[in-house]
Amino acid sequence: MGSTNSTLSKIPNVEELMQETGFTPAHIVRLYDRFEALDKEKTGHLRPQDFGAINRLAMNPIGDRIIGAFFSPGQETVDFHSFVRILAHFRPADKKRPKDPSMPEPVNSRTSKLKFAFQLYDQDKDGKISRAELLQVLRSMLEMQVTEEQLESIADRTIQEADLDKDDAISFEEFRKSLEKVNIDHKMSIRFLR
Amino acid sequence: MGPFLDFNPFDNLLCILLGISFTVWFTLLLVFIIVPAIFGVSFGIRRLYMKTLLKIFEWATHRIERGAKDNNHLLYKPYSNAIIAKEPTSLEEEINEIRRRGSNRDLDSASEFEMSDIFYFCRRGVESIMDDEVTKRFSAEELESWNLLTRSNYNFQHISLRLTVLWGLGVVIRYGFLLPLRVTLAFTGVGLLVVLTSIIGFLPNGRMKNFLSEQVHLMCYRICVRALTAIITYHDSENKPKNGGICVANHTSPIDVIILASDGCYAMVGQIHGGLMGVIQKSMVKACPHIWFERSEVKDRHLVAKRLSDHVEDTTKLPILIFPEGTCINNTSVMMFKKGSFEIGSTVYPVAIKYDPRFGDAFWNSSQFGMVNYLLRMMSSWAIVCSVWYLPPMTREEGEDAVKFASRVKAAIARQGGLVDLLWDGGLKRGKVKDTFKEEQQKLYSKMLVGTQEDRSLDTPPSSHLN
Repeated sequence: MGSTNSTLSKIPNVEELMQETGFTPAHIVRLYDRFEALDKEKTGHLRPQDFGAINRLAMNPIGDRIIGAFFSPGQETVDFHSFVRILAHFRPADKKRPKDPSMPEPVNSRTSKLKFAFQLYDQDKDGKISRAELLQVLRSMLEMQVTEEQLESIADRTIQEADLDKDDAISFEEFRKSLEKVNIDHKMSIRFLR
Repeated sequence: MGPFLDFNPFDNLLCILLGISFTVWFTLLLVFIIVPAIFGVSFGIRRLYMKTLLKIFEWATHRIERGAKDNNHLLYKPYSNAIIAKEPTSLEEEINEIRRRGSNRDLDSASEFEMSDIFYFCRRGVESIMDDEVTKRFSAEELESWNLLTRSNYNFQHISLRLTVLWGLGVVIRYGFLLPLRVTLAFTGVGLLVVLTSIIGFLPNGRMKNFLSEQVHLMCYRICVRALTAIITYHDSENKPKNGGICVANHTSPIDVIILASDGCYAMVGQIHGGLMGVIQKSMVKACPHIWFERSEVKDRHLVAKRLSDHVEDTTKLPILIFPEGTCINNTSVMMFKKGSFEIGSTVYPVAIKYDPRFGDAFWNSSQFGMVNYLLRMMSSWAIVCSVWYLPPMTREEGEDAVKFASRVKAAIARQGGLVDLLWDGGLKRGKVKDTFKEEQQKLYSKMLVGTQEDRSLDTPPSSHLN
């Protein structure tokens, strides 16, 4: 594996990647090693099966959705850059960065994290969480532990509370509003050790 | 004719020199290594060796760190096993915390599904993508200091001339001097084992035979221990396994067998192999009863269990040595113990084996190296230092099933050896996780929701069916 510098030189456009995601060189190296460890056949890309081999992920009720978040629609593989970009959503927010409306939204801001979570619910990407989509998530998280009626009543109650414009679906704005008191940064951030 | 006359005296001289050096070599070998092995005595040479090596390693690590600082390199310091900080909170705690902060309702009202619950699962999922306990367990543990073996250090570059020279010297000593010595010893040890046990096989069964067989086994294993330059510290020898019991230990490499068997006599359990291993196995069983299975018999769990329990009931036979993990782990954790050996119902003597990674990594990654390759690596490291703890015997309690008993023993071993007690099944190295684990997560989550819905159902009309 060698020192940080030699690993970094193996990655194309690494400067751009660091700028975009805000990861330090040491973090990028760690993630690259992880990427290589997951890429058992050394193709330089990850496929859904490579993620599926991670046991704790297979055990996660929404594991499939999380894996899906890495692959853009129509794509069957993910390269290192995309891998890092998605993981960058989980970087703790930079508290010192001033809010500059002309700059694009940093990938680990509160809004971006919320969008990531929203995407997990909204599988058909139409910008709304429909009742059916909500039911699907509930089913994944609870499967055989509750009856269909209980699931439906939970879904009904949730939509009732969050749906402000009464269109029987939850838009991103409504989603954001219902979570305004939650400390997203804390709950959707993963800290690197050193 | 002239030149030939000149060569002869030189030839003779050469032969004489060779002869003398061989004799000296073998005498030294005999006196310092083989004789103590026979009597189980140690001169303490190996411990002195260990201390000297440690001092050299410290110096080498210092040099690397200083060199890196001087050259402004970013050192890839693998101090911790983890990349990311994982909070050790449970599902319930975390979800409650998210809700407490984010909810508009007061705390006493029923906790029901919230949109924010997904954050917990999402984060855990991505954490496992970044860094995963199980996959890490199967690669060699990363070291904090360098032990002059390039195979265990990823930072090695030309930092200073002195360091490179030292490393080069290390290579020469290890491959030129230590390796041949060890290989000679290994062959001696194995050869003696095969020959002597076959001879003992001719004696009539009785106390004399058992005594001799024990002595022979011990002696040969001790020679093998010296062949690996293994420096072993045994703790709590008063808990050593007795006849009619089962000895259970965590498994890091095939060397574990040699380490344990050089301090006590055990009946081995295993599959019959072909080739050299097969020869050794067949001759060992002539001297005292070991349990070897044919390949086809291994699948038949009842047959295996029957043979083991028959052996255990006969108190003249030696305690059985079993490694319940079923595969080699990298010695930082103890994985799930298979319940087969715990169903037999005799006393279990747990043993914890912990290797000191500073001197040489004993972990065998069977998918990466073959056995011969592995042994060569072992014999060309500096030494193998380990500690063995004999834990007090445990028996299965009333109403405890084999799985719980196995977990209890595993926890005791992990605690003693300072190893992490993992829930995972060692077979995961090669397979997929079972669906039951996913169900566990779902059950935990639903308990939080449905559990409280039961309270609410007292107010609502009995139209919803709760199971």
